[in-house]
Amino acid sequence: MILVVAEQRGGALNPATWETVAAAQQTGESITVALVGADVQKLAAELAAAEVAEVLAVEHDALEPYTPDGFVAALAQVMEKACPELVLFPHTYQTRDYAPALAARLGRVFIPDCIASKVRDGQRVFVRPMFQGKFMADVLPQGPAPHFASFQIGACRADACARGAAPAPVREAAVEIDAAAIRQRPEAPFKEAKQAVDLTQAERIVAVGRGIKGQEHLPVAQDLAKALDAELAASRPICDSGWLPMDRQIGSSGQTVAPKLYLAVGISGAIQHLVGMKGARTIVAVNKDADAPIFEVADYGIVGDLFEVVPAIMAALEGEA
Amino acid sequence: MKIAVCIKQVVTRDWPLRVAESATWVRDDDASFEMNEPDAYALEEALRLKELLGGEVVVCSAGPARVSQVIREALARGADRAIHVEGEALAAAEADAVAAALAGAMEGESFDLVLTGLQSDDQGFGQTGVVLAERLGLPHATIIMEVDVADDGGSLRVKRELESGWFQWVSMPLPALLTIQSGINQLRYATLRGIMAAKRKEILTVPAQSAETAGQRILELYVPEKSSATRFIDGSAPEAARELVRLLREEARVL
Repeated sequence: MILVVAEQRGGALNPATWETVAAAQQTGESITVALVGADVQKLAAELAAAEVAEVLAVEHDALEPYTPDGFVAALAQVMEKACPELVLFPHTYQTRDYAPALAARLGRVFIPDCIASKVRDGQRVFVRPMFQGKFMADVLPQGPAPHFASFQIGACRADACARGAAPAPVREAAVEIDAAAIRQRPEAPFKEAKQAVDLTQAERIVAVGRGIKGQEHLPVAQDLAKALDAELAASRPICDSGWLPMDRQIGSSGQTVAPKLYLAVGISGAIQHLVGMKGARTIVAVNKDADAPIFEVADYGIVGDLFEVVPAIMAALEGEA
Repeated sequence: MKIAVCIKQVVTRDWPLRVAESATWVRDDDASFEMNEPDAYALEEALRLKELLGGEVVVCSAGPARVSQVIREALARGADRAIHVEGEALAAAEADAVAAALAGAMEGESFDLVLTGLQSDDQGFGQTGVVLAERLGLPHATIIMEVDVADDGGSLRVKRELESGWFQWVSMPLPALLTIQSGINQLRYATLRGIMAAKRKEILTVPAQSAETAGQRILELYVPEKSSATRFIDGSAPEAARELVRLLREEARVL
């Protein structure tokens, strides 16, 4: 049995959960989904629509808000009772915060940031990037089950998650948590930037990189984003320079997105950027360097000066509107 | 305040790495190495806390003899002394093994605060800090963008980066462990005076104890396949732009 650990915050499921369920479904094994929190029945019912054997509602007042101590204690108990062979997580910041401690406490291996799993010589292996994505590795988990693995956001498509003919049963999984033993005291999450945006939900994104040369040229990209009804995003150097707020950053240290259209303007495509956007359905790159790595993942490429090409795209959009 | 900073030595970012003949690791015998960038931010944060609160900064690194290069660099930037857990196998070890090696050497030190980078540029597990916290019995928080130590020195309030532009303040008692996000501060570089001073600073070298770790075995390391064949659109800027818009509408159907 595969246990998928779902993620929720503030009454909503993290969409990456569906991607991880889809990854689990690809193995053909029986799947149980666990959802942890204080009051998760409604979201558990939502999860039960997926083609899975069972949904576990792991509820305790001390599990809201999220803390690593609380989640490690709760899920360690769930593992002991459910005895899964494999435990899968979405590779979110929350997973990164507690899953390594959970695996260490149980003496189990945790293979993070996987993009796929496959059977190799009769054994299940996990594929993950190493050395900033320069290489991929087929990794075989060792030691006793359950083995833990997390799937990179966008590694599977959420819409690939099969729905069941009838809702899966939801069962309450009782856990004992000593609230006084939880050492972290979290405060309410907040957004720093006033116009903070969740780029993961955007259908179209125009992203700008070093090729834009200066903050004064940003309107070139802003106008294109507006014309395409797209969100404006950037590679890390643009945000480090303060030309755009950090919450507009795409890449390993920023957001990971999989929009329908990703139009990269003046972005060379360092791997730290590529990991954040290569899941996009259609990728367009405009860059003056034909050898730029961005073209390795682009579906359509225009080699040229962005200050000529972008206005031309605007004109083409208007001309045919 | 007694602060430990765990740093890793990794292959230089732009080194042209190749897969080794074994196909399970890289050819790094002739590579140049540097301090893992997120760890450099952790070191800088430790130095700033020491300047604010007093105490000492101890650099801890697990790896083969060559990691003394980044240990010296950390000492030159201002760390007070170092612990080098030495072992050849640590060069390619997984996070759990590195955390076990570090924990063995750090246990007796009773650090008030342990800082690590959030992940390494080589294997990128992003686990060493969290597993180290578990092994040392410390509370932890990850991907930290700001650190405030309470006036009485007994607790911390830290700003965690969440996804999608969200942040969260989290308090916890000391001692504790934090994994530090790149960009939390502006890095300093070693001065000539720092480099000279580093020569007199103590590096305690201890052999790595073999530890029972769960294990992830690399069966094969390979260059990823290009995920798509790019269709280059030629012509003048207006011609290429018109063709692109047509393709996005009629072929890709994303407009």
